[in-house]
Amino acid sequence: MRRFLVASSVFVFLGCGGGDGGSGGGAAAVDPLGNASITGAISFVGTAPANPTIDMADEPDCEAKFTGTPVDPIVSVSDGKLANVFIRVVGGLPDGPYPMPSEPARINQDGCLYSPRVIGAMVGQPIEITNSDPLLHNIKAMPTENRPFNISQPRAGMTTTRRFNTPEVVIPLECNVHGWMNAYVAVVDHPYFAVTGADGSFTIGGLPAGTYQVEAWHETLGTQSGEVTVEADGSATLDLTFGG
Amino acid sequence: MNRRVVSRRVVSGESGVGSGAHRNRQSAWRLVGGGVVLAYSLLTTPDSLLSQDAEAGKVIYDQWCAGCHGETGAGDGDAAAFMLPRPRDFRMAIYQIRTTASGELPTDSDMRRVIDNGMPGTTMPGWRDKLSGGERDDVIAYLKTFSRFFDGASPQAIDIGRQPGRPSDEDLAEARRLFADELQCVRCHGNQGRGDGTSAPTLTDDAGFPVRAADLAENWNFNGGGTVADIYMRMRTGLDGTPMPSNSDVIDAGIITDEQLWRVAQYVRSLSPDDPPARRDVVRAARFEGPLPSSPEDTLWENVEPYYIPMVGQITIKPRWFAPTVDGLWVRAAHNDETLTVKLTWNDASQSPDPEWDEFFQGVVQTMTDIDGPLPTQQGPDRIVVQFPVKAPEGTELPFFLGGDTRRPVYLWRWTSEPDRVEEGTATGLGTFLATGASEVTHTAVFSEGQWQLQFTRSLVPADSSIAATFVPGERLPIAFYAADGTDAEDATRGAISAWYAIYLDVPTPPRVFVAPIVAALFTVGLGLAIVWQAQRQQRKT
Repeated sequence: MRRFLVASSVFVFLGCGGGDGGSGGGAAAVDPLGNASITGAISFVGTAPANPTIDMADEPDCEAKFTGTPVDPIVSVSDGKLANVFIRVVGGLPDGPYPMPSEPARINQDGCLYSPRVIGAMVGQPIEITNSDPLLHNIKAMPTENRPFNISQPRAGMTTTRRFNTPEVVIPLECNVHGWMNAYVAVVDHPYFAVTGADGSFTIGGLPAGTYQVEAWHETLGTQSGEVTVEADGSATLDLTFGG
Repeated sequence: MNRRVVSRRVVSGESGVGSGAHRNRQSAWRLVGGGVVLAYSLLTTPDSLLSQDAEAGKVIYDQWCAGCHGETGAGDGDAAAFMLPRPRDFRMAIYQIRTTASGELPTDSDMRRVIDNGMPGTTMPGWRDKLSGGERDDVIAYLKTFSRFFDGASPQAIDIGRQPGRPSDEDLAEARRLFADELQCVRCHGNQGRGDGTSAPTLTDDAGFPVRAADLAENWNFNGGGTVADIYMRMRTGLDGTPMPSNSDVIDAGIITDEQLWRVAQYVRSLSPDDPPARRDVVRAARFEGPLPSSPEDTLWENVEPYYIPMVGQITIKPRWFAPTVDGLWVRAAHNDETLTVKLTWNDASQSPDPEWDEFFQGVVQTMTDIDGPLPTQQGPDRIVVQFPVKAPEGTELPFFLGGDTRRPVYLWRWTSEPDRVEEGTATGLGTFLATGASEVTHTAVFSEGQWQLQFTRSLVPADSSIAATFVPGERLPIAFYAADGTDAEDATRGAISAWYAIYLDVPTPPRVFVAPIVAALFTVGLGLAIVWQAQRQQRKT
């Protein structure tokens, strides 16, 4: 009995932590550190690897959202510009705290694909995961620095919110109902990140004047990095290139 | 019926969180354990007993656990390569069986329960009888040292509602609708719950190993226990590390209620028998007057009792197989003094070979590649072998149970799904086969929704009794089984085996069996009347 009591009290002392939810940052609003921005475009040179087609015969509701054969957009190149690249500042920032993005990060399941395929989120920022398909998806997050989750979304319109409390670039998401569905959440401890759109462009705003090291990540093409200096309230351009 | 259900819960100790049975068991354990601890503390230093002791746990772990889970907890012990599913990798602190939310750490009692009971359906045994309670707690303390996530953590079980009472037929029908159409459990578990859903062939676990959707008709093999409360908790919290998600958010979103999830758990429980099938040594072939069932789906089979034959991996003769798909066969047999017919029923998610399952097959081949030489390069057929001694054994001496030997050969019915055929022959060892020429055995095989039904038929007396067994009504003949799943990379020796059982052909019931009870009843009534008459006479006298 004595052993049991001692063991219990140890558990009580162990405090909190380890959860995947948590309140995260944002308890006290932090003013923007500046109004400078980095803009640019990510290019791809050379021959892009072919993307695999997806057999959606078992999911006519998803297949109907495509005009041709559905393709898994692993390497998405348009006019030489590369989409789904995650770009973040990795050096040169003043010490925090940093302001939390005003909006949640959002990822959608639409046509049995994730949209967008890559998102960024600040530590503690709410991540809204939505199902726009009239069928079951499960969302399984497989981090190594954070706790995982695996949640069921059996209906269109269902939205679930999760947060990650530790920086981690990147956390894979997958759907096991549809084995082809993959996405990535990049979690950083500041708001100075962006993901390229279809035209390869990106903007990182809200920065104070300074010289920044920037890293760009792609799920199969690896990383590229560069350095850029911005004046207060100014804008500087940083273009990076994958492939070649 | 109610009483049976209650007694099962108490006896099995499988009830979930918050149930009285669980608490009672724990208190009982504490009483017993407390006595043991007290006695032990008189003989040793009390300091080592004051709390969970990770150092002591390491000694236990290295001796009993590391062989599978690896010295560093990476799930890569020497025996791991033989297993599918693989042993847990403790380094990420991702645990399947929890009462905590998806992704959370398990509580100590969650971990203790798995160590106590093992994980049915896997190679993880229970340690309740092998290690003391203190030793098991010490192991838990040591397991936590494999992951920093446990530092300073105090995982909390989720709050759950109360299990509603027994479901009505309407409740079960509504739960079936939720299972199939709303929660769409069928996408992996299949329409009948046999693990054959359209998404089942591509399921992998966190490590990328192929993993099966549970066969929901075998609740005794559920990893976290087979009671309604266990099933509910798995649906609420998910099985972390596997594709099975948590449905808690579905309740939070108002798509279903907590009570409805309990009803789904009751429905899933209803897919399995009330009690786990008992192993019986003798399969009785019912005697029919007239025609026997003509196909596996003949309604005449409904009158024939099924017998459950547990199957285990063939690990005696190389190449071996430690994780077979088929874990049991249901056997029904009937005869009419001229012909014997035997029907086997088992669940198998695929009709091998099936291109839909190529990814699963490749996953198994890549995972299990180290064992006993090269694995098949493409999916083979599903296989069944039914084995008898060529001659009824004299005394207790039986042929070697794995295909006999040169001294005592065995007589076989060998079926493959592709091509769908039965061959009759003899063997002098596992994997050997000598066809008898023209086969006297006929068969019908039907695959539907994750289940095979296979019927063999043969005359009791073979054309050549020197190579084929003779079935004699009123006598027992040894019988054994082999089963393989081509999709699981199984073949002629990589598969599941049974021990020797016996088949007994019923004989007509002698008339005295019917007469004796009537005589006994008349005698009892007569005796009763005599006593009453005697008593009444005495009363009149006084």
